[in-house]
Amino acid sequence: MSNNDVIKVSGLTKKFGHFTAVDHISFDVKEGEIFGFLGANGAGKTTAIQMLCGISKPTAGKGTVAGYDILRENEKIKRNIGYMSQKFSLYEDLRVWENIRLFGGIYGLNDKQIADKTEELLTRLKFEDQRNAMVRSLPLGWKQKLAFSVAIFHTPKIVFLDEPTGGVDPAMRRQFWEMIYEAADQGITVFVTTHYMDEAEYCNRVSIMVDGRIDALDSPSALKQQYDAVNMDQVFRKLARKSTRAE
Amino acid sequence: MSVIKYLIEKEFKQTLRNAIIPKMIVGYPVMVLLIFPWAINFEVKNIKIDIVDNSKSSYSQRLINKVDASTYFIINNVPASYPEAFNDIEKGKADIILEIPSSFDKDLVKEKKSDVRISANAVNSTQGLLGNTYLTQIVNNFSQEIRGELYPASQKARVPQIEIVPDYRYNKSLDYKIFMLPAFIVLIVTLICGILPSLNIVTEKETGTIQQINTTPVSKFSFILAKLIPYWTIGIIILTISFFMVWLVYGLLPSGGYGTLYIASIVFIIGVSGFGIIISNYSDTLQQSMFLILFFILIIILLSGLFTPISGMPAWAQAIAYGNPLTYFMEIMRLVYLKGSSLTDVLKPLGILGLFMLFLNSWAVVSYRKRG
Repeated sequence: MSNNDVIKVSGLTKKFGHFTAVDHISFDVKEGEIFGFLGANGAGKTTAIQMLCGISKPTAGKGTVAGYDILRENEKIKRNIGYMSQKFSLYEDLRVWENIRLFGGIYGLNDKQIADKTEELLTRLKFEDQRNAMVRSLPLGWKQKLAFSVAIFHTPKIVFLDEPTGGVDPAMRRQFWEMIYEAADQGITVFVTTHYMDEAEYCNRVSIMVDGRIDALDSPSALKQQYDAVNMDQVFRKLARKSTRAE
Repeated sequence: MSVIKYLIEKEFKQTLRNAIIPKMIVGYPVMVLLIFPWAINFEVKNIKIDIVDNSKSSYSQRLINKVDASTYFIINNVPASYPEAFNDIEKGKADIILEIPSSFDKDLVKEKKSDVRISANAVNSTQGLLGNTYLTQIVNNFSQEIRGELYPASQKARVPQIEIVPDYRYNKSLDYKIFMLPAFIVLIVTLICGILPSLNIVTEKETGTIQQINTTPVSKFSFILAKLIPYWTIGIIILTISFFMVWLVYGLLPSGGYGTLYIASIVFIIGVSGFGIIISNYSDTLQQSMFLILFFILIIILLSGLFTPISGMPAWAQAIAYGNPLTYFMEIMRLVYLKGSSLTDVLKPLGILGLFMLFLNSWAVVSYRKRG
């Protein structure tokens, strides 16, 4: 991509009947950046992500993800992204290695590549002894780490993380963000939503959604300056206060 | 296309790990084929009868004895009058009344014929009809006996007859079990291959894993095919167990050969599993899909000629029956098992079944949406 924008959308809108979940949002995400996508519950974050991932059809607007048109080339986009949904969505009745193998296979890796990468991944996560564990038996934090590893197993251009650290303890969140940084170092662009404002500080840039619109978009330090706040938490509160949408 | 290998692998692992499905694959056909043919049977026994004997003659007593000797009837009462007997029917004590006229013996001897009256409680219409038929047969036998006694061979022309006023005919098939066995195989295959794929996909919707799959480049054709292949395999296994059971327990072999049965079954299994996918595409929850399935399964089973002949249905129901793939599969099964039809004999229903298969599966693939 010549201009380094891996995501570029303008006027992206999704309506469900009379309800406008996402209301004409426009933004760019640069290659290799960690982009924080913040907003209160019900602000429209998940819907926006689903449109970018090609599993929800936009009502209006246009844009590209990984260089492909989100309206017409949604299946091509899927080859170049990883997605970790808000709901844990690996197969609970498959073993750790079986989940990795399945998603590796789906993205076109062959048996040999999958076996090698699985080995490397489990070693890096210090997860070798859990190789044969049923995913259902893992603690939540480990499940999330595994889900993230699976989402970037095929080294996509962009990975979308929808509240990856929800319900996870602080130590595990810390480790999770280390993994996010590692992924970014490999050149994977990270698009992440979160409710934890301390996590927002880790992002290169953040956008804050209120009632389906993006009300602010900049680096955390610039936003703090602009809203005269000591931390992102204050910035968020100042913006979220304007919300008229009931949760 | 190697993607599908990984998907099929996943489906098989999940199916085999399921706590219930592998047991059901064996248990279901064994249970259904051992129990249903004995329980679901239109033969009627132990009908309670009231006999109103207005004649009180030796002839009427002989008729009563004959009824008593039959295994079909239990004499409940011999009341003095018809209203009394009718009262028994109203109270549910009796199912059928036989009224012998007072002039019975006289009529038989002088007029060479006599009438008896049969009244059946037809709330349970099958029992009513069959009771009537059995009773008619007894009376006919009796009439022949009398005929032999009263008139020697030389006077055959003036044989007295007992005329039975209601004249029903019912095919009380002595080989009812044999007639129903192929139908039960159809029933088992329909339930397993129609319901399981649908529940599988909706479960993935409920747990959210289908969303994960939808964000990957997997084509919907591969996804659906991988979902169905395990159920096709299960269907064939169940079919084989059923064929074996039917031979082992009832000694029934398809006189038309197994080849035709397998061909027809494979076409049907592919079709009905496509139907399951269609249901799952239109349901978001297990509750919705279960309700839709029960609704449609009930219709396709009742309107397929499985229990009741299609020719006896009203025109609108016949129209539904002819738009029902089960009808054609049932037809092939019975033709091959009972009549000994070969592949060439069943080409027409098989062709129609093939069209259903293509139609249902195309619909299944088209209605599956990766993007909402």
